[in-house]
Amino acid sequence: MSEELMNTPLTERHIALGGRMVPFAGWNMPVQYEGVIAEHNAVRTAAGLFDLGHMGQFSVIGPDALAFLQYTTTNDLSGLEPGQAKYTLLGNPDGGVIDDLIVYRNPVGEEGYMVCMNASNSAADSAWWFQQSSEHPEFDVTLEDISPKTGMIAIQGPNAQAITARITDADLDSIDYFSWANGTVAGVPAKIARTGYTGEEGFEFYTSINDIAGVWDALLEAGQDDGLVPVGLGARDTLRLESRMPLYGQELGMTISPYEAGLGWAVSLTKGDFIGREPMAAVKANKPARKAVGFKYVGRGGAPRTHYPVAVDGEEIGEVTSGTFSPTLGENIGLALIKSEFAGIGKPFEIIVRGKPVEAVQVKVPFYKRES
Amino acid sequence: MSAPEGRKYTQTHEWVSIDGDIATFGLTDHAQSELGDITYLELPDVGDPVTAGESFGVVESVKAASDVYSPIDGEVVEINAAAVDGPEVINASPYEAAWLVKVRIADPAQLESLMDTAAYDEYEANA
Repeated sequence: MSEELMNTPLTERHIALGGRMVPFAGWNMPVQYEGVIAEHNAVRTAAGLFDLGHMGQFSVIGPDALAFLQYTTTNDLSGLEPGQAKYTLLGNPDGGVIDDLIVYRNPVGEEGYMVCMNASNSAADSAWWFQQSSEHPEFDVTLEDISPKTGMIAIQGPNAQAITARITDADLDSIDYFSWANGTVAGVPAKIARTGYTGEEGFEFYTSINDIAGVWDALLEAGQDDGLVPVGLGARDTLRLESRMPLYGQELGMTISPYEAGLGWAVSLTKGDFIGREPMAAVKANKPARKAVGFKYVGRGGAPRTHYPVAVDGEEIGEVTSGTFSPTLGENIGLALIKSEFAGIGKPFEIIVRGKPVEAVQVKVPFYKRES
Repeated sequence: MSAPEGRKYTQTHEWVSIDGDIATFGLTDHAQSELGDITYLELPDVGDPVTAGESFGVVESVKAASDVYSPIDGEVVEINAAAVDGPEVINASPYEAAWLVKVRIADPAQLESLMDTAAYDEYEANA
């Protein structure tokens, strides 16, 4: 069964830039260009450009747009002003998670909301929302999966704002973290969001799908003297993990409670009813059986990888959800979902790497935080 | 880039150089390039046996772990401790500084089945 991979508007550019293309969630995407570590370090010290054409976007408008999103997602979105954004979760009725999302309230003058979805889940998210809408006709909303007509890229890193300023008329200083605004970028209309998945300053740009390649080209050119490089999925993963940002399918899933995943802050039990509220509240009330913890290696061994067992005195207590050699710290780091009674900063456990135990210790997360 | 002359090569992208009854193993330039930034190397202990076609070590990049396969049977007589301490040398110098192990050859006839430089270059070009 081979389904044809989807291309973003930038595929030819990736190949011309020396990108190594791999299949990812049905998309043909660059995993690296120059190398994961070089690209990672460029984002931490200068700037990196990311093709996010694989990610999905969903539009919710209508008189009950807010009520519909409040009912179908976990966080309280009622305080969002026009132009503001919030991280939230698409909960399932069992208290697990269908996807993690950023909801943007459209800027002043436009009604409704746009939701940014993970590539691997966007079809399921969209189907879920349409199903909920048909089961709950009391919500007067208009839904649309706008992924096919929306282009998306990101620039991240300490030089991201200076580079972006050269090709936009927008007042970037006026865009707060987790906000967005309309502006012209490289001569085309865009929504400029101060959001990202790297732990650095930066922006994500949403344009018409027909315009995104021009924005990519203009940014690469504008940033060539400021160390801007294209960055693939490899470094995107190491950057987000150092900053302890969850990845759906690893830290999050249909059978993991947000309270186990350390994402209780993205669940509002006080905002009113929403899908998954009762089972989520029960997990919180009974104390979660499992807890997501950060760790780093004390001993020497192969890097921690997803699903490697975690053990104490030979007893398996959980598994690694994400792990990597950290380019910034120069050591092996990871996140593990373990039995709660073993959780605690400074407590040791072992990661079983190809049958061999490697000593690790639980540490505070995030592993990396930029100096502000 | 052509592989060095005078060595033998495997289909799994290891090289072997021979000096008397001692063989030295390493990874080819193609292997290090495919792996990307190498961050970890695991080698056997001196005295351990190695077997043709079986894994004798592990090399890891940021993204993945890969076995390293022994081209021939033998016994490990020396390992490259510097490459274990600084595995990025495999990216920088796969054919020289980043040799991995030296092995006492058990059966010289096994070397005959390996590729020579010309054969490996052609194999790698089609890999």
